[in-house]
Amino acid sequence: MPILTKDQAQALMKKVLSYSKADECEVNLNCTDGGNIRYARNSVTTSGVTSQTQLVVASAYGKKLGIATINEFDDASLEKVVRRSEELAQLAPENPEYVPFLGPQTYDKTETFVPATAAVTPKLRADLVAASLQTAKEAKAIAAGFLEDNSGYAAMMNTKGLFAYNTFTNTNFSVTVRTEDGKGSGYATRGYNDVTKMDTKTATKIASDKAVRSATAKAIEPGKYTVILEPAAVAVLLENIFFNMDARQADEGRSFLSKAGGGNKLGEKMVDERVNIYSDPHHPELPTSSWTGDGRAQEKVSWIEKGVVKNLTYSRYWAEKQKMKAVPTPDGAIMEGGTKSLEELIKGTKKGVLVTRLWYIRSVDPQTLLLTGLTRDGTFYIEDGAIRYPIKNFRFNESPIIMLNNLEELGKVERTVSVESNVNYLLPPLKVRDFTFSSLSDAV
Amino acid sequence: MKRRDFIYLSGVGAAGAAILPGFSASGRPITVEEALTPIDVAFHKKMADVALNAARSKGATYTDVRIGRYLNQFVVTREDKVQNIVNTESYGLGIRVIANGSWGFAAVDRLDSDNIAKAAEVAVAIAKENSKLLSEPVRLAPQKGHGEVSWKCPIEKNAFEVPMKEKVDLLLGVNDAAMKAGADYITSLLFAVNEQKYFASSDGSYIDQDVHRFWPAFFITKIDAATGKFETRNSLSAPVGMGYEYLNYRPQDKVQVQGTTSLYKGRYDMLEDAKAAGAQAGEKLKAKSVEPGKYDLVLDPSHLWLTIHESVGHPTELDRVLGYEANFAGTSFLTLDKWESKKFNFGSKIVNFQADKTQVGSLGAVGYDDEGVKCGQWDLIRDGILVGYQVIRDQAHILGLNASQGCCYADNWSSVQFQRMPNVSLQPGKDGKSAEDIIKNTEKGIFIVGDGSFSIDQQRYNFQFGGQLFYEIKNGKIVGMLKDVAYQANSQEFWNSCVEIADQRDYRLGGAFGDGKGQPPQSNSVSHGSSTARFNGVNVINTARQI
Repeated sequence: MPILTKDQAQALMKKVLSYSKADECEVNLNCTDGGNIRYARNSVTTSGVTSQTQLVVASAYGKKLGIATINEFDDASLEKVVRRSEELAQLAPENPEYVPFLGPQTYDKTETFVPATAAVTPKLRADLVAASLQTAKEAKAIAAGFLEDNSGYAAMMNTKGLFAYNTFTNTNFSVTVRTEDGKGSGYATRGYNDVTKMDTKTATKIASDKAVRSATAKAIEPGKYTVILEPAAVAVLLENIFFNMDARQADEGRSFLSKAGGGNKLGEKMVDERVNIYSDPHHPELPTSSWTGDGRAQEKVSWIEKGVVKNLTYSRYWAEKQKMKAVPTPDGAIMEGGTKSLEELIKGTKKGVLVTRLWYIRSVDPQTLLLTGLTRDGTFYIEDGAIRYPIKNFRFNESPIIMLNNLEELGKVERTVSVESNVNYLLPPLKVRDFTFSSLSDAV
Repeated sequence: MKRRDFIYLSGVGAAGAAILPGFSASGRPITVEEALTPIDVAFHKKMADVALNAARSKGATYTDVRIGRYLNQFVVTREDKVQNIVNTESYGLGIRVIANGSWGFAAVDRLDSDNIAKAAEVAVAIAKENSKLLSEPVRLAPQKGHGEVSWKCPIEKNAFEVPMKEKVDLLLGVNDAAMKAGADYITSLLFAVNEQKYFASSDGSYIDQDVHRFWPAFFITKIDAATGKFETRNSLSAPVGMGYEYLNYRPQDKVQVQGTTSLYKGRYDMLEDAKAAGAQAGEKLKAKSVEPGKYDLVLDPSHLWLTIHESVGHPTELDRVLGYEANFAGTSFLTLDKWESKKFNFGSKIVNFQADKTQVGSLGAVGYDDEGVKCGQWDLIRDGILVGYQVIRDQAHILGLNASQGCCYADNWSSVQFQRMPNVSLQPGKDGKSAEDIIKNTEKGIFIVGDGSFSIDQQRYNFQFGGQLFYEIKNGKIVGMLKDVAYQANSQEFWNSCVEIADQRDYRLGGAFGDGKGQPPQSNSVSHGSSTARFNGVNVINTARQI
């Protein structure tokens, strides 16, 4: 289905609402077209396109909610989906935590749609991958990677007068390059709204260089080390903070943000005062939607300021109960950085470990946000301001909260992609002391 | 629209999504009545033929078509209220072709002839475009057509047919029992899956399959308000390839290890487990924090399945071994030279692993895989030696096999099928031991029940696992509960430290409902069977920290 204009989407959803007999009715319309290429062993493996459109209708009688969806748009189908949601609502048990739909909201427009990305062809995808493959072959190495793009629109409307509309595009790329003997491995990832920024050649060159330089790694003893974490490694640690900012969990006593004796740590200093983390749907380097799926506006929100917890996320139910603002979970996060490049951070390091990427991150203890995982695709020993040699990978056991208390320096911010969640962030490389590596891994 | 928003819109709220990591909640909500109305096989054959003919006419040398109707039902409750009842359906068609020696794929969610023919054309165009980047053409292992055949998961009671009131009453009863036993919070859920899959290929197969899976589970938290500490205890159920009969508990389905908790074989007593868990979460708060060091670990099947999954299941995936997963899931330490040597000591002599796509009640059981190969069973590790991998049609020639082993799977009609893990299970011991016999033989050890935190490197050497319940063993006896336990090991060293395995009587299945792999990521359901086993001298760490 082609992308509907704001007026077309509005007209379609008005028609849907005109069939409603419920106390309240809300309609969401989503359409995504996506394409991807996957390659490995220096050759394309799978590739495809998908297209999905969905109209979601939520009807409520009192505190009883029913949801139905459809992907056909003739009048009879539209009426049918409304009737079905109403039937489901009548059958549903009452939800004491039900919160009525929002009334009209004001949303600012954010720059989430780039026409060039929406116009990607199979040939452009193949050309971008060909550039990556060529670069790896020139380095006499073997590449495996994934390129994906998607575009579409989302719109919502309800019987209380709320209307929202947004178009979006995204493209993500990642590549792992391994030496032919399997002794070295390197990685790079890029994510943008604008496909014209996608430089698969440079990213693959970085991954290839890391692969060659990381071969014949030496084993050093596990223990506490000063580390320089590249943004891709920072992302997978810090997002465990971002994903666990829920106020209800904290208030109920089952979060790292819970306080002994009850309550949460809002307003408390938890990490180094140089830590400033916020989200901003208008940030030119990381534009995200200005509204959420339940119609709440996404605004610029400070989460940690000078090391102090400034905001938690609230469901609309919990916000009402606690008399707080219902701040939604953001679609991306930004950490303020410093002025130094990665090279300059290395230069100022007497002894330490450079970490390209971390992998298989899992929670060990939600009480302390203790995480485990491993280094991967380029781990190097730094001595007297320079990379001296590649080292074998480590397993770590560390809490990002403890890590942000052991902060030494922050580098320049860049856009990166989490390999765990696929979410894009703006993050600096971090230099951290006493990072806990607990065992060695033979993996390359 | 972002994935998170989409989950919200589908009615599966944050609680449901958060405890079902990696599992796609996308699909359109439907009524139960709709879910129980099958779609006419003749219609699917007609649509499949449109796709097969269109692809051939555009130049495809091989085509397969999958028409999938994926039904999910989630019933989620917390404490004394129902949070969510959602029925979803995802229905559409995926077409995969080989043209100019290269794969191409397209998928559509509206099944009409024009739309399907267009998708076939797109799939062929993509294959031709990508063929320019091929280093060698795809080589498919031969597969004869099966004609029109069908397979049904042998369930006794379709979970979708059980009245909602019965399900809600069960869960609210479970929550009440746990709260009365001491839990502060509980989320409980029933998750039912029905995959109605139709496969057709240019080899001449038309395969109709009806697959069922079911997972009852709960998640309990107990808080010590004064200290602000909390502990959790998850259910000891397993996701199964069964119907609602999994909850029809019979006394013979219980396994008892004195001084611990009830363990379940084949059927599950959710109420009893919830009651025990409510109390055990409190006991965990007061338990002794583990002294780090070397211990002999006695691992219950409710725990060991996950260690098997990560350290045996994944490294024997041939696509990983060959490098196809290098950019995401990783490669494998079980390289082809180790297999060719026929003497790579993966484990001790008592360690035998079998791959099996037919085991009744397992998550991986189907009649045919997603490229039309009839499923079977085969050895991966025999007497401790690496002897096999998991293979699909375009990989069989690499091992010199003349047929696929039927390990191809796609999690949705819109996903490209690729090599996924069959059930991989540790074969029971042959010397007549029970779990209690093994504990009696252990001097300084820990008996671990239930799965917890898990992490392993990209070649599957170094792993770390937690659990749900940790019981200290001293001189052959369970002496009390421990907390803050995780163990780390190297896969090969770990399986070589396996010294005892209980016999067939103790054999139980555990499993993963949403094992992630691939780009874009896909979910797979797979079971792992074992009996209780002992591993000597494993490194245990203490995970307690202060923030």
